[in-house]
Formats: sequence, structure tokens, C-alpha cells
Amino acid sequence: MSAHTQHGSHGSMGTLMTGFALAALLTIVPFALVMGEVQISRIAMIGLIMGLAAVQILVHLVFFLHVNRSAEGGWTLAASIFSVIILVIVLAGSLWVMHNMNENMMPMPDMDHMMTLQSQQG
Amino acid sequence: MSTEVANAGEVISPIFGRLTLDWIPYHEPILIGTFAGVALGGLAVLALMTYFRLWMPLWRDWVTSVDHKKIGIMYMVLGFIMMVRGFADALMMRAQQAMAAGGATGYLPPHHFDQVFTAHGVIMIFFVAMAFVTGIMNYVMPAQIGARDVAFPFLNNFSFWMTVAGALLVNISLFVGEFGRVGWLAFPPLSGAAYSTGPGMDYYLWSLQIAGVGTTLSGINLIATILKMRAPGMKLMDMSVFTWTTLCTNVLIVAAFPVLTASLALLTLDRYLGTHFFTNDFGGNAMMYINLIWIWGHPEVYILIIPCFGIFSEIVATFSGKPLFGYKAMVYATACIMVLSFVVWLHHFFTMGSGANVNTFFGITTMIISVPTGVKIFNWLFTMYKGQVRLEVPMLWTIGFLVTFTIGGMTGVLLAVPPVDFQLHNTLFLIAHFHNVIIGGVVFAVYAAVSYWWPKAFGFKLDDRLGKATFWFWFIGFWFAFMPLYALGLMGVTRRMNSYADAAWQPYFIVAAFGALLILCGILCTFANFGYSILNRKKLACGPDPWNGRTLEWAMQSPPAPYNFPQEIHVRGRDEFWRMKQEGFTWAESYAPIHMPKNTATGVLLAAFALAFGFAMVWYIWWLAGLAFLAMIAIGIGHTFNYNRDYFIPATTVAATEAKGATA
Repeated sequence: MSAHTQHGSHGSMGTLMTGFALAALLTIVPFALVMGEVQISRIAMIGLIMGLAAVQILVHLVFFLHVNRSAEGGWTLAASIFSVIILVIVLAGSLWVMHNMNENMMPMPDMDHMMTLQSQQG
Repeated sequence: MSTEVANAGEVISPIFGRLTLDWIPYHEPILIGTFAGVALGGLAVLALMTYFRLWMPLWRDWVTSVDHKKIGIMYMVLGFIMMVRGFADALMMRAQQAMAAGGATGYLPPHHFDQVFTAHGVIMIFFVAMAFVTGIMNYVMPAQIGARDVAFPFLNNFSFWMTVAGALLVNISLFVGEFGRVGWLAFPPLSGAAYSTGPGMDYYLWSLQIAGVGTTLSGINLIATILKMRAPGMKLMDMSVFTWTTLCTNVLIVAAFPVLTASLALLTLDRYLGTHFFTNDFGGNAMMYINLIWIWGHPEVYILIIPCFGIFSEIVATFSGKPLFGYKAMVYATACIMVLSFVVWLHHFFTMGSGANVNTFFGITTMIISVPTGVKIFNWLFTMYKGQVRLEVPMLWTIGFLVTFTIGGMTGVLLAVPPVDFQLHNTLFLIAHFHNVIIGGVVFAVYAAVSYWWPKAFGFKLDDRLGKATFWFWFIGFWFAFMPLYALGLMGVTRRMNSYADAAWQPYFIVAAFGALLILCGILCTFANFGYSILNRKKLACGPDPWNGRTLEWAMQSPPAPYNFPQEIHVRGRDEFWRMKQEGFTWAESYAPIHMPKNTATGVLLAAFALAFGFAMVWYIWWLAGLAFLAMIAIGIGHTFNYNRDYFIPATTVAATEAKGATA
């Protein structure tokens, strides 16, 4: 299957090792942050870990799954962008919808109280 | 049907799980009658098949076939069989509601009625509409791009049999146990462990999960086929509109069905392992399920309708004798609908309480999505304008669709206005609306497609008079059956009612029931037409291009040879077959051997074990579930060691087949 190397879609040793190094780094740093009990605020910590995870995803896509403009005539890139759009719509949309619903809901203690009253009435 | 067996006192036998004789509904006369009918009919079919020695041909030529044409036809057969089941449910509901007015209780007790409307919805969407649409895409699309088969022929066979396994599981629930009583989308907490204790809800979950595997894999398969297997020279913008709509629909399938799988899996965890994703307590949120299921559910309705737009595009162009008006507009409109279908889901639950901002956003996106759809309607009208329109049966369905679907679309835009929706939510107005677009869109398209491509598949046309009778019964029946529901919905009548107090509603329900009977006549005409046409196939025989078509599938023989095209076609633009005909195209006389995939029984075996697995999970028969699951894994891995997957059709056979086709 010489066609594969021509497409360049399986990457070279160099790119694979770069990807491996980056992936390892991006894994070790968040572990170190947690296990070394680094003194930063909880929100900053969570943000940092999530941010590094997002970069990790990109590293995997580019170095291991070879998503770039030339692979498969650009289809892998197009498919990835489409997936990301759908994921963003689904995640952001759900959070928005559920957050607004929560805002409009009766606070849970009141609700519990009402439910108790209701069950007492039978 | 058996009443609930209380969860607490339930004894789970190590061999039969929770399946006991009490779950066989032998005390329900309706079900006994149905079972007797099905059993007798089934025995008759078995006897006839044995008498005519059809078992081996069935197994060899159909069940194990990886030919996209045969699989397409089998999907259509599945669709028609399940349509009979789903329509029987519809008739039962119409009869019940026509009777149960002003204190009368009708003939269906609530726990049975609730199963009937749940089964009707599930069957009609997952096993009728999806089966039809997938079948047509399977049959037509590879031929339209000049391919010999789909990209993954074995996967195609496997997908089909998984869909069948899901359908069988639903039908088993009719005679062993019960079906869900939760509505077709099974909202928790009603569908959760606390309120649906019997096996009915588990039948729902496992049948949809099994069928969903088939649907998702088939989506991947058809996308790969379009992207990788087009005839040389065919650019994306040279593809027929039906192929474009197939591409968009399958992208939607691949993007949306995992959401369904995940939502149902979470609900399954709630029911089986006691998790609290969708319960009312311990931090669960039932509304998250409704949110998730509609993120799948709205793209799903476009998955159904987009290929139908493609079907009508082909038919309008052919029967107007003109290229389609606004090809590019059609392609971009389809792509727009594809993306927009992901940003409208909340319009299914405006009343849930996300507030004015959220409702406004989704109301506006819903109105926007009707714009590309409107563009399409005008494209079809302008294609007919100044064309030489032939009012053959496929064209009748198309015009019937244009009228019906436009009105259904407008009531949809009406429902997209949140304040209006607050009045009409969960009323029969909604029911009338979505039947208006699904019958007017999908069902009419399927009938149009069957009459249009039947001669390609079998080499003879369907009978014209019976075809027209089918159309008029369906068309008029539809209006009788659903216009009263619009009126009732505006009066505030809610959906899924077992009985109602206000006798003034009854006349409307009786008219609706009459409409359903007209549709019944339409369905009977359909089968009469199939039978009559098969018996008179010599008289109705036609050539490979009976409608003066424009796209490549008409370049094949009718019925097509296994390899579709004896030679590769070099495509130079849109409507390639039309150009070929103008240039007096004939196949070159020298043929080369053709490389083809071999049949395999792996797909049907895997699906059989998936069915056993689903049944075992429903009834808590853990040993069987474990065995069946292991068997699936083993067969799946075993299949990868099968290297004997292809063969060559010798050039002499190709030449002989082509010579025979030329004289026929």
C-alpha cells in the first residue's frame, strides 16, 4: 500500500514522537498541579486543567489522527470541524437551556415543603 | 395484557429471569385473536415456502446477500410489514376515540391504549419511516453515482439485520409481556424505574438500541460510499439531488444518533443499576432527558424528510422533461437545513419553562428553517413551469405532497410562535401538524419512490389504475383523518386520551376514524397493486428507461445485473444519463471481469444474537444475555479472519448477461 505514504496520512516517526512528547507533557502538568497541591484558586485550577485537556484533544487530532487540510482531500478536517460545531451547539445549548430553566424553577426547599404538604393531604 | 407485577415481591428465577407464565397475555381476547391471525398467516407462509422449496434461495439470494439492491428491497419489505402493524395500532386508537365519549369507556382499557399509542409512534418512526428511507437510499444512491455497491457491503447487510432484530423485539412484546406505556419518546420520570416497573419500557430501550446500531453504521456506510465511490469524473456538484440529500441525511444520522444512544443508555442505567440521571431525587433531572432526546429528535425528523425532498426532485425533473430548476439552490438549501436542524430542538418543549429569551431564540431559528424549505417548494414549482408535465402516478404523489406538505409546514411555523405553542402544546393540533408533514412528506415520497423505481428494480411497471386509486384513497383519507384533529386541537383536546367527557367532540373523532378507514383502503390498494402487477408482469414489462430518466440508475438493466454497470462510466456533468442518451450511448462490446463482494451469513448471525441479548436483558435472564453477548464478540472477531470475501464475475458472464438484457 504505497498510496498511504503518498497521502502522508500516517505521519512520520518525527511527528508521532512530537505528538507523544506533547501528550505526555499535557498529562503530567495537570497531574503535577493536583498532586503538588499548587496554591492557586480552585476555579483557576479547574480552568487550567480543562484548558490543558482541550489542547490535549487538539494534539491527538493533529499528531495521531492526522487531521489536516491535505489528508483525504480535506474531508477529515471538514468532518472534524462539523463535529466540533455540533458538539458546541449541543453542549452550550444544553447548558444555556438547563441554566435558564434552573433560574425559573421554584427553589428546592420550597418544593420539598410543598410536596410534603401535598402528600399529607393525600 | 398482564397488569404490573410489583417490583418488591418479584422473584427472579435464575433460568427464566422475571419471565413467568403470567406475562403471556392469554386472557386478552384482542391479543389472542391477533396472535392466532399472525400464527396462522405465518404457518401458511412457512408451508408455502417449503412446498415451493424457497428456503435455500431465500437464504442464498436474500438473507446473506450483500448486494445493496437486495438489501434496499428487504428494507422496503420490512417497512411495509411494520406499516401494517403500526397502522393497525392507528386504527385501534381511532376506533377507541370515536367510541369513548361522554362517559363511555370504549373497548381498550387505559393500560392497553397507552401501549398502543407508544407502539404506534415507535414503529412508525423507527421501523417504517426509517426503514423506507434507508431502503430507498440503499437501492438508488449507489446506482446514481455509478457504483457497483456501497463502500462496506457486509456492514450494510449487518445494519439491515440489526434493524430487523429491533423490529422483532418490538413485536415479541406484543405476545410476551407488554410494551412501554410512555409515549414514543419515553420521558422520565414516567419511564424511570419508579413508575414503569414492568418489562414494557425495557423492550422499548433495547429494541431502539439494537436498531440504532444498524442505523448509525448504515449512515457511516452511505457517507463513505458517496465520498469514495463516485464514478470517475463525477464531482460533488455533478451528483443528483437525491444523492446530495442522501449525503446530508447520513451526516445527520452520524451526528445525531449517538445522542439518542447516549440518552437511552443513561435511562437504561437509571432503570437497571439505580443511577439517578433522570430521577426527581438525588440530583437527577428529568428535564435533561427531554433536552437530550430532542437534540436527537429534531434532526431525526429532517433525517426522514431530506431524502424525500431528493425523491421529489428526481421525479419532478423527470416528469417535467427538464433539468431541475435551481440545482445549486437545492443543494445549498439542503445543507442549510442540515445544519439548522441542530439549533431548533427546544421548540418541542417551549412550555418547560426556560424563559422568554431561550424560547425567542428557538422560535426564531424554527421560523428561519422554513426558509430553505420554502426555497425548495418554489424550485419544484418552477421546474414544472413550462415543462411538459406528465401526470403519471409518481407525479400525482409529488403534487399531492406539494399541497399537503406546504400546509403542514405552515401549521408548523404557527407552532413555532411560543405564545401560540403554549395554547397548542400537547394538543391534537400538534398531532395533526406532524402527521401532516410526515404523511404528506415522507409517506407520499415513499409511495412516489416505489412507483417511480419499481420498474427499475423488477423490470415491469406497477398497475396505473390501482396506483391512482392508492393515491386518491391516501390523499383524501389523510385530509379526513387529520383536519378534524386540527379543529379539536384548537378546542384544547389533548393527545393520548383514552376517553373524554365532552360528547361534542365525538363527531370530529368519528370523521377522523372515517379518514383512517379511507387510508386503510389506500393500503389495501397498495398490496392489491403489488399482487396484481406481479401476476401481470408480462403485460406491464418495460425497458430499462420507462420514464425517460435523467440520472445514471436508468443506464442499468431492469432489473439490474448484480454488478449494476458492465463498464465504468466517465461522468462529465450533471444529468449524465440524459447526455448519454442524446449522444446515442451504447456499452463497448469488450467486457472485463468484475470484482464483487461475496455473500456472508455473519450479519444475520450477529443480529440473531443481538436479538437474544435484547430479549434476555428485558427479562433479566442474565446467563442468556452473557452468552449472547460473548457470542456476538466471538462472531465479530471470527469474521475478521474470513479472507474469502470477494470474487470475480468472468467477462463471458458479463457479456452473456448484457446480451440477454439487450433483447429483453
